[in-house]
Amino acid sequence: MGKLFAVIVFVIALLSAIPIITHSWFGSGISFALPEDISTHGHAIDDQLSDTMVEAGLSFLAAQFVLAFFVWKFSNRQANAEIKTFPGGAKGLVIAALVLVGTEMLALGILGQKAWAAVYFTPAKPDAIQVQAQAGQFAFYFRYPGADGKFGALHPDKIDEGNSNFFGLDPANDVDSRDDIVTGELAIPINREVHLMMHAKDVGHSFYVRELRIQQDFVPGLDLSVHFTATKVGKYEIVCTQLCGLGHYNMKAYLNVLSQEDFDAWMKQKASEQ
Amino acid sequence: MRTKLVFVALLAFMVSPALSFGAGTVSGKITYTGTPAKQKPIDMSKEPSCAKQHTTPVTTETVVTGANNTLANVVVYISAGAPDESSAPAQAVTFTQKGCQYIPHVLAMRTGQELKVVNADQTSHNIHPLAKVNREWNKSQPPGTPPLSEKFDKEEFVPVKCNVHPWMHGYFAVLKTSHYAISSDNGTFSLPKLPPGKYTITAWQEDYGTQTQDVTISGSETKNVDFTFKAKPY
Repeated sequence: MGKLFAVIVFVIALLSAIPIITHSWFGSGISFALPEDISTHGHAIDDQLSDTMVEAGLSFLAAQFVLAFFVWKFSNRQANAEIKTFPGGAKGLVIAALVLVGTEMLALGILGQKAWAAVYFTPAKPDAIQVQAQAGQFAFYFRYPGADGKFGALHPDKIDEGNSNFFGLDPANDVDSRDDIVTGELAIPINREVHLMMHAKDVGHSFYVRELRIQQDFVPGLDLSVHFTATKVGKYEIVCTQLCGLGHYNMKAYLNVLSQEDFDAWMKQKASEQ
Repeated sequence: MRTKLVFVALLAFMVSPALSFGAGTVSGKITYTGTPAKQKPIDMSKEPSCAKQHTTPVTTETVVTGANNTLANVVVYISAGAPDESSAPAQAVTFTQKGCQYIPHVLAMRTGQELKVVNADQTSHNIHPLAKVNREWNKSQPPGTPPLSEKFDKEEFVPVKCNVHPWMHGYFAVLKTSHYAISSDNGTFSLPKLPPGKYTITAWQEDYGTQTQDVTISGSETKNVDFTFKAKPY
């Protein structure tokens, strides 16, 4: 019985390794693999994920194999066998394990800091395209400053969804807001940095685009932002990944990466609809 | 000659009930001056089952205009002077969610009248009338759910929204009187079957507010009452 259990532990460890191995060493297109990366910063995050997977995966396998080995070795207990204590006590081993795991975590943190800093500690370039995002139950809306390059001020009391005033603009009194372009999709040009400024009008939401390797929460009352550069034309899904209420499952929008010409045409079209 | 006589007799017979009640009619047209705000486009791409139902771009319906500066979706009703009303009609009014829009955009009903809410879409809706005078409610309606049945007890203009689709917007006009009309696409309305008396007629537009006019009906006349709203450019 004990030997069977040892074998089961061994088999479970091997099966668990499959997603780790496919994740790290095979390209996209198979399950468990990451979707294609379409951002300039994404490779750093993917490398970090691989490092973590390899390191944690090997430690996991080693621990499971040792466990299986001990179960196998000490499974044939005699009726009169006694439970033995570890020679010299387990204190040293526990300390060694803590130091080992601590070093591992610290190493990952130090290595990962670079990927993190590229997104969060480096400001967007001054010529980045400025876009505001407004998250609310249960849709995303985006705002471009329009021809004047200036965003109109936000007046939360003026938010009127029935009138499509999702940001709370006051065009009657605020000239800057009159040419602002509000859309339900996030269109951006390829190979240009985008500075996305994020607001939530009700509860916490999250902006997640798998292909961009970006996942950033919206927090009501906080001005949060991310910046990124997309490198491949296409339409990608933006989903909310913070449970935000009844319609959370349905809260999504599309990221539309366009060529510069198509983006200009799109912008012109949207401006005429406002 | 005989045919003519029969025709006249028939006509007299048809008209007589109206004559015997001495019922008058108030009719007119709703117009605006100035430039109304441009209606905003609605992006339904996150709800493909709704988006594909529309072949033309969908916009907000805050101000719906017709030819010659006319206004549709204006509720015109007798706000004072109406005779005591009998109980609400047994027939229900229907509010349909179709293509992620409310049809009609403005629905008028009597206090206590049954309201049926239909989900004709392949997606979940959550109808939420933002009532202040009446009891506020908020009901989820997945696709295939039978119509919801509700009613409002007090007079109120209730904004209606969908908690799932923020662009969906409409109004319930809950009225004490049965003498109401909603202006048509060409801005016209008609309030028939009014006994002689002095009435206050109110016209309500969701963005432009209300206007009132007094009118006196004597006998079976038709009085013309027009309303003109001042449009807001933003």
